[in-house]
Amino acid sequence: MGMRIADFAYELKEGLAISFQAIRANKMRSVLTTLGIVIGIVSVTLMGTAIEGLSRGFNDSISKIGADVLYVQKWPWFGGEGEWWKYRNRKDIKMPQFDAIERHATLIKSATPMAGTRAPVKYKGQSSEGVLTLGANDQYLETGGVSMDFGRFFNQAESDGGRPICVLGSEVAENLFPNETPLGKTIRIGTSTFRVIGVMEKQGSLLGIESLDNRIVVPIEGFIRRFGANRGIQINVKAADIKNLDDTKEELRGILRKARHVPPTGEDDFAINQQEMFIQTFNAIGAVVAGIGLFITALSLFVGAIGIMNIMFVSVTERTKEIGIRKAIGAKRSTILLQFLVESASLSLIGGIIGIIISYPLSLLVNQILPTSMPLSVVGIAILISIIVGVVSGFLPANRASKLDPVEALRYE
Amino acid sequence: MNVINIRNISKTYVMGVEEVHALHDVTVQIDRGEYVAIMGPSGSGKSTLMNMLGCLDTPTSGLYEFNGANVSEMNDNDLARIRNKEIGFVFQTFNLIPRSDALHNVELPLIYGGVNAHERKRLAAEALNHVNLGDRMHHRPNELSGGQRQRVAIARALVTKPSIILADEPTGNLDTKTGDEIMTLFEELHHQGNTIILVTHEEYIAEHAHRIIRLRDGVIEKDENVQKRVIPTVA
Ligand SMILES: Nc1ncnc2c1ncn2[C@@H]1O[C@H](COP(=O)(O)OP(=O)(O)OP(=O)(O)O)[C@@H](O)[C@H]1O
Ligand SMILES: [Mg+2]
Repeated sequence: MGMRIADFAYELKEGLAISFQAIRANKMRSVLTTLGIVIGIVSVTLMGTAIEGLSRGFNDSISKIGADVLYVQKWPWFGGEGEWWKYRNRKDIKMPQFDAIERHATLIKSATPMAGTRAPVKYKGQSSEGVLTLGANDQYLETGGVSMDFGRFFNQAESDGGRPICVLGSEVAENLFPNETPLGKTIRIGTSTFRVIGVMEKQGSLLGIESLDNRIVVPIEGFIRRFGANRGIQINVKAADIKNLDDTKEELRGILRKARHVPPTGEDDFAINQQEMFIQTFNAIGAVVAGIGLFITALSLFVGAIGIMNIMFVSVTERTKEIGIRKAIGAKRSTILLQFLVESASLSLIGGIIGIIISYPLSLLVNQILPTSMPLSVVGIAILISIIVGVVSGFLPANRASKLDPVEALRYE
Repeated sequence: MNVINIRNISKTYVMGVEEVHALHDVTVQIDRGEYVAIMGPSGSGKSTLMNMLGCLDTPTSGLYEFNGANVSEMNDNDLARIRNKEIGFVFQTFNLIPRSDALHNVELPLIYGGVNAHERKRLAAEALNHVNLGDRMHHRPNELSGGQRQRVAIARALVTKPSIILADEPTGNLDTKTGDEIMTLFEELHHQGNTIILVTHEEYIAEHAHRIIRLRDGVIEKDENVQKRVIPTVA
C-alpha cells in the first residue's frame, strides 16, 4: 500500500517541528557543528559573486573596448609569457606607421594614434590624481565609441596642427572644476598648458580597475612635441565592417610589415590585439578563481558533512528511547528516516543561512573591486547545496535510527 | 470473535551459548471487551508477552493472530500500522516525548495515522478531556505530576480508538493514591467497552480485572476468570 501524499506532508511537518525543537535544545552544539558548512557556503557564494563580478565587469569592459576595434601594439594582450625580452626589444610603433595605415588601408572606418602620459594635471589650486593624458587625433570619439557630454571635440585641422587644446573625461572635469564650467579654462599638464574645449560623457571603468573617465585627450601632434618625440604610440583601428574583422587584420598586418620593414620570412614585430584576447585572459582568471573556490568549497563542505554526520549519530543515540516511543505508537521506518534526514538537512541549512549572512558584507568588499552584488542565483545554489549536504551526511545516522529495534530502543535509558 | 489468538508461542533469547526461554509454548485467547491482568514474578516473561501482543516484538515460534490476521507474517510497515491503529500502549515510565506538550503527545499517533490537523486537534483535546486533563493541554511532561503524565499517556493510547489497550505496570511509578486513580480510570474505560490487558505485581490491582493470567518462567501457570468480588464483609 503506497503512502498518501497527505501522510508524507504530516510526517514532513512533524519532522521539521521535531528538528527545530532538537536544534533549539542544543543551540551551541548545532551552530558549532555547522561551522564547516558555514565556511563552505561562504566560499561558494563569494566565488559565485566574484565570477559574476568578473563576467559582468568583463561584459562592461568588452563593450567599452569595442568588438570591431583592433589595437596595434608592441605587446600582445595574452600569451607569450616568458618572451618578455622579445617584446621589450621590439621597435616602437611610430607615427609614420599610422600614416601608412591611413593612406593604404581600405577596410577601416577610422583610426587614431594613441600615446599616453601620467604627467600631473593642475588647475589653479586643484589637482587631479593619476590622470592619463592621451594623445589622439580627431577620430578618437568614433574609434573609441565615446560621446561628448558638452563642449566639442577637436577637429582634424586642430589635431594636425597640434593645438594646445584638450577634452576632459568626466572625472577629471569634476575634480578640477567642482564649482565652475571647465570650458575655456586653461589647465596645466606637466609643464604645458591646454585650453579645455569639451567634456566627454561618463564611461565607467575597465574591469573596475582602470577608470575611463580619469582621462584627458589632446591632439597627438602637440602631445608628441610636448611630452617627448621618441615615445612609441599604439594605433586603434575601427573596422568598417565587423564581419570583415579578420580581413581587416590581414590588411593591417601587410601594411605594417611593409612600413616596419619586416623581411618576408620574418616574424611580425608587432601585435594586433582584439577583444578576443581579452576574452581569453578573462577565461583564464575566471578558471583560477573557480578552481580555488571549488577546492575550498569542496574541502569545507566535506568537513562540514562529517561534522553533521557525527552530531547526528550522537543525536540518534541520545534519542534512542524517543525513537522507541515513536515506533511503539506507529512510526514506520520511513517516518523515522525522514525525521532524522529533515533534522540533518535543517542543521545544514542553518549553516548555509549563516554562511549567506556572513557572505553578504564580504560580497560588498568584493564589490569594491568588481562591479557586482551577490547574485540571487548564487544564494539559491548555496541553499540547495547545504540541504543536499545535510541529507547526504544525515543518511547513515538516520538509517541507523530507522532500523532500531523498538523493544531495545524503549528499554534504553 | 477474539481479538487476540496466540497459540504455542515461544520467545527465546540466545545469550552466547545459553538460551533464555522468556516465553515457552504459551497459548491464550482474549475476547473483545475483556479486562485481563497478567501477573507473575519478576523475569517471568510478562513484558515479553506484552511486547508480543503489542506487535513490538515477534515470536521465535508459534502463531499470533490479531483480529484474524496473521501477525507473524507481517512486514515492518504492517506492524507499524497495527501498532498505530489497533493498539494503545501505556508504559510504567509514561514514555512521553519530553519536548512536546500534552496535546502534541496525544496528537502524535494521529499524525502517524495520517489524520488532518484540524481533526487531530479535536480528537486529541477530546481524549485529554476524557482523562480530566482539559486544562493541562499545553503543559510539557516535566510540568505535570506523575499521575497526570500517566493520564496523558492513557489519552495518547485512547485517541486512535484502538482494539486493545496494553498497560505494562501502569501504576508501578505512582504512589498508591495516584495509582488508584489510574485504576479507576481503566475501570471506566473498560465500562465504555475498551479491551484492556494490564501487567501488575500487585494483587489488589489485579483485582480490578475480570481475568488473571499468571506466568512463571515463561509458562502460563494459571488462567482464571475472577468473579467481580463484592468487598468481603468481615464476619
Ligand atoms: N533482550 C533480551 N535479551 C536476553 N534476555 C532477555 C531479553 N529480554 C528479556 N530477556 C529475558 O527474558 C525473561 C523475561 O523478561 P521480561 O522482561 O519479560 O520479564 P518480566 O516478567 O516483565 O519481569 P519484571 O516484572 O521484572 O518486569 C527474563 O529472564 C529476561 O532476562
Ligand atoms: Mg516487565
